[in-house]
Amino acid sequence: MLSKKQLFSRGMLDIAPHMLSVIPFGIICGAIGVDLGFNPYLVYAMSIIIFGGASQIVFLQLLSGGASSLVAVTSVGVINSRHLLYGAVLSEYLEKLSFIKKLLISYVVVDQGFAESNKFFKKNKTEQYLHYHLLGTGITMWVCWQIATLAGIILGSFVPEELGLKFAIPLTFIAIVVQDLKKLDHVIVMLVCGISSLLFFEAPFKSYILISPVIALFVAALLLRLKK
Amino acid sequence: MTWLSITIAGILTYFTRMTMIVLVRRDLLGEKIKAVLAYVPSAVFPAIIFPAIFINDYGTYIEMNDPKIFGALVAIIVGYFSRNVIATIFSGLLSYWIIIFVFLS
Repeated sequence: MLSKKQLFSRGMLDIAPHMLSVIPFGIICGAIGVDLGFNPYLVYAMSIIIFGGASQIVFLQLLSGGASSLVAVTSVGVINSRHLLYGAVLSEYLEKLSFIKKLLISYVVVDQGFAESNKFFKKNKTEQYLHYHLLGTGITMWVCWQIATLAGIILGSFVPEELGLKFAIPLTFIAIVVQDLKKLDHVIVMLVCGISSLLFFEAPFKSYILISPVIALFVAALLLRLKK
Repeated sequence: MTWLSITIAGILTYFTRMTMIVLVRRDLLGEKIKAVLAYVPSAVFPAIIFPAIFINDYGTYIEMNDPKIFGALVAIIVGYFSRNVIATIFSGLLSYWIIIFVFLS
């Protein structure tokens, strides 16, 4: 049985490699916000209030492009709706927590943290304080995101644009799913999701990010039926 | 006005994070749904990966010889065999940089 501290550090350790892409991305996000002409305090406040990478950039880009607040807010909601799926998966492991603790831990659920903690949970179902792993991944992400966006806001885009560091974001997610390429059913689900995301990319409110997982999960359900 | 929008967007985002964690109980999900939920990472992350590789900043599809495709393929191969996140990200970036700075410059 691992202690709370051990689980927390394990979470920090598991998420740490992803900072290679999260930190440059955070700097870019902060810098873009200021470049678009928004109040620096406002740009930074988003990192605390929304705390959701790409959705923060989309929000500011939409507003500066003349979209209404309603469109911008709806888009953020749609982009971040993927967390509903993460929550449904994580709920199994967080069941024993009190209501208040569930409310608090929810704030730090992010893509990479969910992915790494979920992998750990699947292998260590019997641990008593599993949620400390999620706290470890989530809080590490939070702290790095705050520092990175702040750095981008204050120092501007000191990361040269020619380096194309935005490309690190898809790479981070490739690292997360790459081991599942061993399983044919997962490969099919990934391709369905990926191709759908390209087909529906122009759908309103960035809803491709919600439509493609729904289609992919539907295909997953069909595959499960076929396997029986 | 913008502050109000950010606050609403933040509350919405928090609800997407919190709702399922608070509402879903074990007996609420059948075995079938749980089996489907096991596919969530494979069903969600490609929707972030594919557009980031195949669609450029201007919202149009990239050419088939774009260095990002090569970088992604290298990252997939290195990631598959190394099982290492840093090696995956770094190999992808490095192969991308080699193409744009050595071959295309």
